[in-house]
Amino acid sequence: MQTVCIGIILAPLLGAGIAGLCALLEQGKKIAALSAIGGVALSFFLSLILLKNLLWDGVELHEGELYTWGIVGGIQFQFGFLIDRLSAAMMVVVSFVSWMVHVYTLGYMKEDPGYSRFFSYTALFTFFMLLLVSANNFLQLFLGWEGVGLVSYLLIGFWYHRESANVASMKAFLVNRVGDLGFLLGIGVILLVFGTLNYQEIFEQATRGDIAGQALQLFQGHHWQAITVICILLFIGAMGKSAQIPLHVWLPDSMEGPTPISALIHAATMVTAGVFMVARMSPLYELSPVASSVVLVVGATTALFMGILGVVQQDIKRIIAYSTLSQLGYMMASQGASAYAAGIFHLFTHAFFKALLFLGAGSVIIALHHEQNIWKMGNLKRYLPITYWTMLVGGLALIGFPGFSGFYSKEIIIDAVRLSSLPGASYAYWALFIGVFFTALYTFRLIFVVFHTHERMDASVRAHLTEPGASVWIPLIMLAIPSLCIAWFVGDALLFDGYFKNSIVVDPLHDALPRIAHHYHSVMHFALQAPMTPLFWVMTLGIFTAWFCYVKRPEIPGLIIRRVEGLHRVLLSKYGFDAFNQIVFAAGGRRLGHVLWQGGDQKIIDGFFVNGSAKSIQILSGVVRQLQSGFLYHYALAMLVGLLVFLLWM
Amino acid sequence: MITLSNVLVVSTLLFGISLAGIILNRKNLIVLLMCLELMLLAINTNFIAFAHHYADLAGQVIVFFVLTVAAAESAIGLALLVVFFRARQTIRVDQLNSLKG
Repeated sequence: MQTVCIGIILAPLLGAGIAGLCALLEQGKKIAALSAIGGVALSFFLSLILLKNLLWDGVELHEGELYTWGIVGGIQFQFGFLIDRLSAAMMVVVSFVSWMVHVYTLGYMKEDPGYSRFFSYTALFTFFMLLLVSANNFLQLFLGWEGVGLVSYLLIGFWYHRESANVASMKAFLVNRVGDLGFLLGIGVILLVFGTLNYQEIFEQATRGDIAGQALQLFQGHHWQAITVICILLFIGAMGKSAQIPLHVWLPDSMEGPTPISALIHAATMVTAGVFMVARMSPLYELSPVASSVVLVVGATTALFMGILGVVQQDIKRIIAYSTLSQLGYMMASQGASAYAAGIFHLFTHAFFKALLFLGAGSVIIALHHEQNIWKMGNLKRYLPITYWTMLVGGLALIGFPGFSGFYSKEIIIDAVRLSSLPGASYAYWALFIGVFFTALYTFRLIFVVFHTHERMDASVRAHLTEPGASVWIPLIMLAIPSLCIAWFVGDALLFDGYFKNSIVVDPLHDALPRIAHHYHSVMHFALQAPMTPLFWVMTLGIFTAWFCYVKRPEIPGLIIRRVEGLHRVLLSKYGFDAFNQIVFAAGGRRLGHVLWQGGDQKIIDGFFVNGSAKSIQILSGVVRQLQSGFLYHYALAMLVGLLVFLLWM
Repeated sequence: MITLSNVLVVSTLLFGISLAGIILNRKNLIVLLMCLELMLLAINTNFIAFAHHYADLAGQVIVFFVLTVAAAESAIGLALLVVFFRARQTIRVDQLNSLKG
């Protein structure tokens, strides 16, 4: 099993290395593509073997150390794997979606000069994500964590000759640093409290209970529960990676990268890292209701408010990006409500349908020669039938239409939050509830405006509008299938039949899933029951609103905007988060830097210490020099005086 | 009767005069050398006075040595002075400040 793990991890790295070499030597585009795709495909199949071992061969879990990185003062830093049902399932999803994105890239990036480089980066991305998922200790987790941050920076700034891409990649990197600082502090506190970084040992100590009560003194006179401090610090890291308010600002800008990357970042890698980490740390989060409550409220806030922003965007990729933010909010809220399994399930279904939506958007974008404004599209159903139908499947899954995979995951998340008794749970429930309306609204606004109504593009573009090649639509179909029906096969097992076993620990006191299981009988039954739940009608209302405003009476949105101009401006400025960061952090940082430069460096260090000491010695020596007149009689007098003083002193 | 203290007062006066000469003299380098000689003579006077007082000849012997060294020293000093005059065309003490920092 160890060998299989090593294979899974190293295959994409090897692919990335070969593709990188090809990029350096500027030849062998085919070899680059094949090695990257082959590496990722290999890890997908090996992950399947791993999953099979766990499911049918009765292996409970596999934990093993590969080698020791270093030993510092009795603390061992190991490199190893923890393969249980959670990480194995994650690995399968990550490698599958990543594989599909790689195949899609074949067609999408065909004309790009950075073809080999792109494959090298994407394979490296997959490598780091797999490393993160399979880790058995925090250090390795952190390595993968930083690795995906790094590669996301490289990929968002892939078209490095564009200024906006460079700015966006910087932004992603910096915002992630903020989160990573919290994460690193969290790891530090864990080391302080538990004395080890190994998951199993930490969980063992945590469940014994003596740690939970331990208090830490952060500031003079303020005692905090150690476990709460740890969980909140780790969650700050997750906020950065999984783009939760207020560290979400980098995600919409990451649209500057090529579309396959948006799909990879938003679906399988990177942003799901935070959600995965919280689920992985479930034994710790279960001990701290405060931290769970924070996770719940932040997640629900993100889910609602980022969803609303999706309604006013005009760039097809940005709409989907805001939808990712909103869906990540759902996942986080679910983690906060202790429904870890539901959150992870939503992560899986979301990985499929969000990758599908992005790749579909990419297909539209190439068909229209890199046009991303939805108001320059329209009636594409006629020209891109495969893209239309697959995106429709993705959209229906996204809004949680009964029967589609997203329906099961989202419905159960909202139910679990409703049953949660944490502080802020009722706020979270209503936020998620209203969020469903906006999800349906923006999704169907996109589908109606892009694929229905009338053609708004130029006649020259319309003349040769065709479906892109096979490497583009095969992944679309491959992703549409799980988006539609993955829940039919695995939903029961993941949510209610204890698939995760002890890889996820939930305190029976706030475990909502068994209570939901009471009125959940089968996949079919649950879907048929849907029209009796309010959620279904909220969603239908959202679809209807989208249809009414954008198909039936297209003049209505303009009227609404005129009526509530202030609100519209707030939404267009994305609640002013960017402006706030620009004014407070960017400008404030610059001003602070200026003060430190002018005042601290130039005045104090250069002026006072360096030049000041030189100048004071100059002045002193100028005075002393007057004594050395060169006249013998002065020296004689000095000698005499000195002698007299000496004699009298004695 | 000439007592020890009388002699010592004289020698101290001589020493003071020579010291004042060294410090106050601004004009002539030769005067400086003379003052140095005078200072040595004041010391010699002291030696002789104490030798007489303690009836010990060693003091008087030392005076011979000092006189010899003083003679050699003034010879070297005068030679340096001649060379110096050739180089600078002056022996004024208040112009000899090339050691100034």
